[in-house]
Amino acid sequence: MNTDQKADYLAEHTLRSCLLTTDHKRIGLLYLFSILFFFAIAAVAAALIRLQLISPTGGLLTTETYNRLFTLHGVFMVWFFLIPSIPSVLGNFILPLMLGARDLAFPKLNLLSWYLFNAGGLLALWAIVGGGVDTGWTFYAPYSTTYANGQVVTMVAGIFVAGFSSILTGLNFIVTTHQMRAPGLTWFRLPIFVWSLYATSLILVLATPVLAMLLMLVGIERIWGVGIFDPSLGGDPVLFQHLFWFYSHPAVYVMILPGMGVVSELIPCFARKRLFGYPFVAGASVAIAVFGFLVWGHHMFVSSQSPYAGMVFSFLSYMVAIPSAIKVFNWTATLYKGSIALDTPMLYALGFIGLFTAGGLTGLFLAALAVDVHVTHTYFVVAHFHYIMVGGMVLAFMGGLHYWWPKITGRMYPEQLGRLAALVTFIGFNLTFFPQFILGYLGMPRRYALYPPEFQFYHILSTAGASILGVGYALPVFYFLWSLKHGLRAGPNPWCATGLEWQTPSPPPPYNFETTPIVDSGPYNYPQPASPPPTPPPGEAPRMTNTES
Amino acid sequence: MLFPIWPDEAASGAQEVDQIVIGLVLMSLFFIIVVAGPILYFGFKYRRSRPANRVISHHNTWAIEITWTLVPLIIAVCFFVVAASVYFRQRHPPADAMEIHVIGKQWMWKIQHPQGKREINELHVPVGVPIKLLMTSQDVIHSFYIPAFRIKQDVLPGRYTSMWFVPQKTGEYHLFCTQYCGEGHARMTGKAIVLSKADYQKWLTSGEQSENPAKAGAELFRQYGCSGCHAGSRVVRAPSLVGLYGSVVPLEGNKTTIADDQYLRDSILLPNSQVVAGYEPVMPSYQGKLSEDALFSLIAYLKSLGPGAEEGGTQPLKYSNDMGAAQLLPSGSKGSAK
Repeated sequence: MNTDQKADYLAEHTLRSCLLTTDHKRIGLLYLFSILFFFAIAAVAAALIRLQLISPTGGLLTTETYNRLFTLHGVFMVWFFLIPSIPSVLGNFILPLMLGARDLAFPKLNLLSWYLFNAGGLLALWAIVGGGVDTGWTFYAPYSTTYANGQVVTMVAGIFVAGFSSILTGLNFIVTTHQMRAPGLTWFRLPIFVWSLYATSLILVLATPVLAMLLMLVGIERIWGVGIFDPSLGGDPVLFQHLFWFYSHPAVYVMILPGMGVVSELIPCFARKRLFGYPFVAGASVAIAVFGFLVWGHHMFVSSQSPYAGMVFSFLSYMVAIPSAIKVFNWTATLYKGSIALDTPMLYALGFIGLFTAGGLTGLFLAALAVDVHVTHTYFVVAHFHYIMVGGMVLAFMGGLHYWWPKITGRMYPEQLGRLAALVTFIGFNLTFFPQFILGYLGMPRRYALYPPEFQFYHILSTAGASILGVGYALPVFYFLWSLKHGLRAGPNPWCATGLEWQTPSPPPPYNFETTPIVDSGPYNYPQPASPPPTPPPGEAPRMTNTES
Repeated sequence: MLFPIWPDEAASGAQEVDQIVIGLVLMSLFFIIVVAGPILYFGFKYRRSRPANRVISHHNTWAIEITWTLVPLIIAVCFFVVAASVYFRQRHPPADAMEIHVIGKQWMWKIQHPQGKREINELHVPVGVPIKLLMTSQDVIHSFYIPAFRIKQDVLPGRYTSMWFVPQKTGEYHLFCTQYCGEGHARMTGKAIVLSKADYQKWLTSGEQSENPAKAGAELFRQYGCSGCHAGSRVVRAPSLVGLYGSVVPLEGNKTTIADDQYLRDSILLPNSQVVAGYEPVMPSYQGKLSEDALFSLIAYLKSLGPGAEEGGTQPLKYSNDMGAAQLLPSGSKGSAK
């Protein structure tokens, strides 16, 4: 359907070419619009929550409205922003380019994924408009199945439908990575971003069906009163938690692994160095995906789970921290003797390392059984997972978006404004969420619309931080839009980066490459300063040969 | 103070938890320095505009990778062991702990002391005495949390959970529900009030009094016809309940179980789920007929029958009104536990 006389993939502007495209790049853009829309809704909810919490007695919202807002915030941020953010937007756009492929393995399935995603999102929105849901994004039974008012069934139906989009996208990425790599692009020549998307896809394909079953069971108990989770009907409420976290803990890694992948691209590019310990970083991605399936019980240390099970889950949770630590150390070591440019994507990447490290370390507090008993269900948990999901994933998403923006649009964003936004985001983020660690340790429970007055000081800090964070998010919206018309022309490779995606024009033509590229070296093959003859130490990725770049 | 920076330590275990946390904070600072230090230093030293020696000398990647894998691994295992051992103690109350009953419901805590005194959204406890809370919920999942004691336990419908502590500092402390339970979740709060032993005794005898749970349970035991089969001139053969609590019960199919609170509860509500070996599954279910309060009382009564009591019997059930707790006077011959 795309014609050849027009150079790039954006050339066509008909409605049909927008909504029925099977071009992975256009679908990536469609996802970008969708997730930004859902992000905006969830962000408004967050703003209202923070405003309410300025005062211990609330006053802005009723407790009922407050409960509906934090549910909305959680559901939309998790399922309709974070999970699809990097995989479905950047992954969709970049994966085939990185592999030297013309498209994903199943382009029509890819389009179907986007439609399912939006159908799910709109169902969830309809649930909000139709009265809302006040169960929290965790839908714990028997509250969700028996006691809650509101549109629980519509909401879980929306998530159920969106789950199929996750599964199809995961499947598409796995097949594409196996089948469509360019000649010579062996597994250990793949960029880490591809490895992390692959690990993410495995999780999506294996874990999402469990969520789908769980949501169906919630619907069945709620509609027909079949006793599954509600003990008064003969069910078991802890069973719900096992099933929920069996999906949702791996899903946490869906919300961070792709971010780690992006950062593994940014650091070598802006340090002009090969990634230190490439096979270890790649292996760590897979290790995290595997271990991620074995730690769900650490959400349930106070749920009445057996203390012996608690110990096993605590131990495994400590183990899953190790591959994350390995990644952080390797990124840091990559900077050694690099030639470092602190451009916007790099600032986001370095911010990511700092905040992810803080989030990961506080995860060790939560994995420590006796400490978890005190801080679970409090703001400590809230702060911890926002450090991972916002400090980690959102920063990585922003870093990746800036890095690949010239590839996506053919234009540069304004660099100075970009740096400013990265800095503002970093400061605003820490001011918002660091006080919440202290709040949590002091005992402030999460999901409270009202609270004892001695906690007010930290809530005010947090709200002040959130407004700064809001500026950090808003700035890029404006300068990205501005850059579409007025940004400098980027050229194929503005960062002088390696990677196949930079060997085709910006924006790329409809089928990506004029001729299929042939790969004869590993990733991140940045020219090193004159050095003694390279004898790669054992265990390192194959590299060498000075191709272009 | 304008803002607190550290929560009160008002119970046994609070200091242990805080010590682990201080250890974790120091470890975190160490790793933040280890990561952020080089990032800032390299970011400055090797910035693109600055000349620097960028020639990479040979280094042993494997040695480096193994080092920074093993060091965090060892640290992690240490923290795991310490925190798990404290947790293990948290989960195992001493046998002599004073048992207080807690019922969570949307959106309040109903509490009953062993002597019978009831209170709502307040938990009065004597300093220095091990306290065990036996908890259940009437509706959804709640969670009982006293930050100053560093303990928390989910409170589930259809199930007993417990937690224990020794209050160590008199005063008033926050009590929160921390498992989201609906519209009034943020109002499901109260106070834990630690009193001196003398003040606690004074408080127990002040205000409105109610019957102690074991005694109330004995009345329920007759009122609901339990005694018809489990005591007295039985029409139907049913196991005796004397000395049952805490004993090992042989079940149908060569299984055994320990007769704890949960077992007693299940045997009343779902009698056919665990049938005692050698008996017919003829007991009717009391599901929906007994409130959580009544169940607590019945179980308190059953506990008052043992252990220590010898063999169960076929004698009529008696209890003397002048005693604090109901007492079954056992005699007779055969009987198995339950």
